[in-house]
Amino acid sequence: MNSSNLYAFPRLGLSWLPVWQRNFLVWRKLAIPSVLGNLADPLIYMLGLGYGLGGLLPQVSGVSYVSFLAAGTVVASTMNAATFEALYSAFSRMHVQKTWDAILNTPLSLDHVLAGELVWAASKSLLSGLAILVVIAALGLTSSPLALWAIPVIFLTGLTFAAMGLIVCALAPSYDFFMYYFTLFITPMLLVSGVFFPADQLPSLVHVVATWLPLSHAVQLARPLLLGELPQNALGHVAALLAIAVVAFCIATVLTRRRLLK
Amino acid sequence: MAVLNPADALSVSGLHKSYDGNEVVAGIDFSVPPGTCFGLLGPNGAGKTTTLRCCLGLTAPDAGSIRLGGFAVPADAERARRRVGVVPQFDNLDPDFTVSENLMVFGRYFGLRRTDILARIPDLLEFAGLKGKESARIQTLSGGMKRRLTLARALVNNPDIVFLDEPTTGLDPQARHLIWDRLKQLTARGKTLILTTHFMDEAERLCDRLAILDHGHLVTEGAPRELIATHIEPQVVEVFGDDVAAWARSRNTLGERLEVAGDSAFFYCHDTAPLLAALADEPTLRYLHRAASLEDVFIKLTGRELRD
Repeated sequence: MNSSNLYAFPRLGLSWLPVWQRNFLVWRKLAIPSVLGNLADPLIYMLGLGYGLGGLLPQVSGVSYVSFLAAGTVVASTMNAATFEALYSAFSRMHVQKTWDAILNTPLSLDHVLAGELVWAASKSLLSGLAILVVIAALGLTSSPLALWAIPVIFLTGLTFAAMGLIVCALAPSYDFFMYYFTLFITPMLLVSGVFFPADQLPSLVHVVATWLPLSHAVQLARPLLLGELPQNALGHVAALLAIAVVAFCIATVLTRRRLLK
Repeated sequence: MAVLNPADALSVSGLHKSYDGNEVVAGIDFSVPPGTCFGLLGPNGAGKTTTLRCCLGLTAPDAGSIRLGGFAVPADAERARRRVGVVPQFDNLDPDFTVSENLMVFGRYFGLRRTDILARIPDLLEFAGLKGKESARIQTLSGGMKRRLTLARALVNNPDIVFLDEPTTGLDPQARHLIWDRLKQLTARGKTLILTTHFMDEAERLCDRLAILDHGHLVTEGAPRELIATHIEPQVVEVFGDDVAAWARSRNTLGERLEVAGDSAFFYCHDTAPLLAALADEPTLRYLHRAASLEDVFIKLTGRELRD
């Protein structure tokens, strides 16, 4: 790439594979604790709230509360895994360990590094989401073969949140900065996107805004699939997640080029 | 502006680069023939690192042209970097991997096949004096070992051209000598080295030619001996002691040139006999008589004041 063009569209192709592979090799060394760590927290919430709080509730949207919560847990933990990887882990490699600087001295370009990080964060979040899906199936909370369609939904959700996370990574002066992203964006989104309760319980204005958030799209795809139904407006939700992912990744690429290729 | 010679390993012409209106590189030209070691010297902030970043295509110059290994940079920088190795100023080895894994993962960035990299690793570790350390974690390596591993990593793609940004900063004398020895072996194998350093003895020892950079300008360029002969009187007498400044100023005719810094006076002379005779009468002053060095040239051309 001609680095003079900091605003060009991100480059396509598969040259990012060695970057993805580098991260995969590191992950493989700590795979079991990593998967268990990613699994424990969301499962405790799902089972604790699902059975504890769920015992007090009649059915929610026509199913038991724990079944309702299952799909929300899958996408929320996918979001968290992708976000953590694109924020803390990518920032460590960019800013602290200078792993990206080392890669930039090879024939790879920053675009390849970012694409590798994007797909890696989505891959790691896919593992998180899948692990929870397996537990949900084992508990008998989903039994429809349609639930298998949740797997691409998980990956797409991971790509979207990884791309948005890379924007924050590009802007971050230090790790402390990430707290703002979580408290001002991720946590509010978690509460209004229909993960814990149907989003139409919210005041209508909040509900309207919430339907535009990426996590809402993911929930509205994953929940019906896990309950054995076809999602309404599936194409629209997929297109929305894809569009956010593409736009966010373009922004992240330009911002990171401006940061590192000055 | 120099004409770029396509046979050069690296040629830079009319290079300009500014940051926020501050001209860091203010129009420099140099070229490095293949198989030679070229040194880029200069005080902190002189523009060395920016020049290297431009040469590698990591940042776009505001003006000027660069050819690296036959390719135009930055337009064709990725192809140029296939044949280039880089030893960066700050350690960026991968802390999550062992010594061998660092080489393997880095080789993959060049698109090399696993079997080809595996076949190269023993030679690379032998060259870097890291035999037996294949499975060592990076955190367990000494500073010297990390530098040597970084050098081995820069050679994983068998490059024609190797950039070294202050390769021996922070190393003990033993480790520095080992690095020097390895760099000489590389030039003996026909590789082109482009080196930045603050150590004048290092530059004098390793470089066939060097350029001194200051405030973004190329102040001078030439072979180390040639620069000393051109810019400086051949003999230096350093005089130390209390009140040396006043003593020296009153006898400034004893050398062609006099510089005073703190409690030291530097006389630069062709004939030191009259000065040494005068010093014989001054039991309170100590002195050191030596041949002029590259450091004297550097100080003369870039001044004595601190740049940090």
